[in-house]
Amino acid sequence: MNLRTFIDQKGYGNNPRRLMEDLIHLVFLALGLVAVGSVLVITIYLVVSGLPAIFKIGPVEFLFGTRWASTASEPEFGILPFILTSIYGTAGAIIIGVPIGFFAAVFLAKMAPRRVREVMELCIGVLAGIPSVVYGLVGMTILVPGIRVVFNVPDGATLFAAIIVLAVMILPSVINVSLSAIQAVPREYEEASLALGATSTETYFKVTVPAAKSGIFTAIVLGIGRAIGEAMAIMMVAGNVANMPSLFKSVRFLTTAVASEMSYSSGLQREALFSIALVLFLFIMIINAILNVLKTGGNRK
Amino acid sequence: MIEKISGRRLAWCSLMKGLCIVSVVVVTALTAFMLLYVLVRGVPHITSQLLFTSPSMLRHTIGILPDILNTLYIVITTLLIVLPIGVGAAIYLNEYATNKKVVEVIEFAAETLSGIPSIIYGLVGMLVFVQFCSFGTSLLAGAMTLVVMNLPTIMRTTQESLKTVPESYREGAFALGAGKWRVIRTVVLPTCINGIITGCILSIGRILSESAALLFTAGFAHNVNGFIKGMGSAGATLTVALYVYASERGEFDIAFAIAAILMVLTVIINLITTYLGKLMERRNGQ
Repeated sequence: MNLRTFIDQKGYGNNPRRLMEDLIHLVFLALGLVAVGSVLVITIYLVVSGLPAIFKIGPVEFLFGTRWASTASEPEFGILPFILTSIYGTAGAIIIGVPIGFFAAVFLAKMAPRRVREVMELCIGVLAGIPSVVYGLVGMTILVPGIRVVFNVPDGATLFAAIIVLAVMILPSVINVSLSAIQAVPREYEEASLALGATSTETYFKVTVPAAKSGIFTAIVLGIGRAIGEAMAIMMVAGNVANMPSLFKSVRFLTTAVASEMSYSSGLQREALFSIALVLFLFIMIINAILNVLKTGGNRK
Repeated sequence: MIEKISGRRLAWCSLMKGLCIVSVVVVTALTAFMLLYVLVRGVPHITSQLLFTSPSMLRHTIGILPDILNTLYIVITTLLIVLPIGVGAAIYLNEYATNKKVVEVIEFAAETLSGIPSIIYGLVGMLVFVQFCSFGTSLLAGAMTLVVMNLPTIMRTTQESLKTVPESYREGAFALGAGKWRVIRTVVLPTCINGIITGCILSIGRILSESAALLFTAGFAHNVNGFIKGMGSAGATLTVALYVYASERGEFDIAFAIAAILMVLTVIINLITTYLGKLMERRNGQ
């Protein structure tokens, strides 16, 4: 009955082509919604499988406990070491990686001759494309022994090694995003500054860069997101012991905590690993929210 | 002009310029070093035995043929599934969507997906595809996980190239009496094929370099299988094999050989995308 009137209203009866067009429209809508569905499924699965253990262990003990002994006879599940390691490691990578990336982006945008620029763009593309396990492998064979010798510590697989690997790994995204931000600054700004007698270098750093600051900030936040989510490379160089973070100690990140125990975990230990993933997911969502705010703020200007 | 600048200003300018140059040198040197180091340590160990045999416990030899095949299978399957979804989603966003809210929600979802770390994809892929869909630890489960991971890439590149198709093309086709679907199929899609290919190549790069998401979904077996049987059983891709050989078995020579192969592929992929990008730029400039 209802269907009948619907078909008549739409005029499908005497125009089958319109029916087909509308069906195709629906198919494309469905394909568009796959991304939305995936985000929902990921969120729901992480919350459902991550929350129970947090309440079984106790939110405070879980988040602020300083000892992680998941396989001990009296297991303890405190993930503060992982959280702090992730924060320190990311901060370290940002402190080392962002200045290098920032200055390189300014050079590429403003000073580089065309050929140098093309070569550099290829370099950045390659750096971005190198698999994280290859970074891990090179870190394992060069950085780890190097740190052991240079800083005279018993084992080179430390937070410091992880920070350096992460700093290199965030370089491409920092450079690319700040590059496009700097390039988007209107030429008139620079011309006005040059006309007032500023040198070109002064113009780039005192006019262009401040004008591009929301884009450069976006680059930093993106770098934070990449660094906090990286797992395999730092798993190979950070030593993987659940210590409280210290520059020359073997440490475990949020990501590596999940990756290193997942394959043999069971029971509450396994549930706790999902809780760690949930905490990591929360961090990422906060970073995404900041990115979104930055983006809409930038558009408004 | 120049001589009127005070010493302090000049010093500041040269310092900033110096920092720029140092940074660029650091980035270039890093890339060159990574490439050379991996190639020098890896290439001597790439032998025909390594490339064309399976690992044998009896003869104590290691071959990566199964890993190469697994990588190939996973790349093909992932692209076959992600292409229709991603291109379709982009077409919806660019050609059909009239409701701004829906567009915003989909674009926000795509951006969220591209920010999620691969280890989380691995975990959720394990829960959803391995356990819930009961694919078991298999290449298929791995490929499905990678489909979700690569969806934003394909969507974004396709959407970007859809935007460059001139409105007049569509109007011309509509004026000739073509329906919407026909316009998309015969006019819009062929014009933006470059963007779709770029998306594919970027995705291949991502699939080749992925390890964390595959570890728990596709597992790490080394068996030579046909395509259908291979998709249903566990298997390591090259990247996962590299990880296993390096950090669990201490076979650094094998790991470097795989790393060298991956490096060469990375460089090739980059050259292709740069070339395609230039091609598109030239076309848009005309």
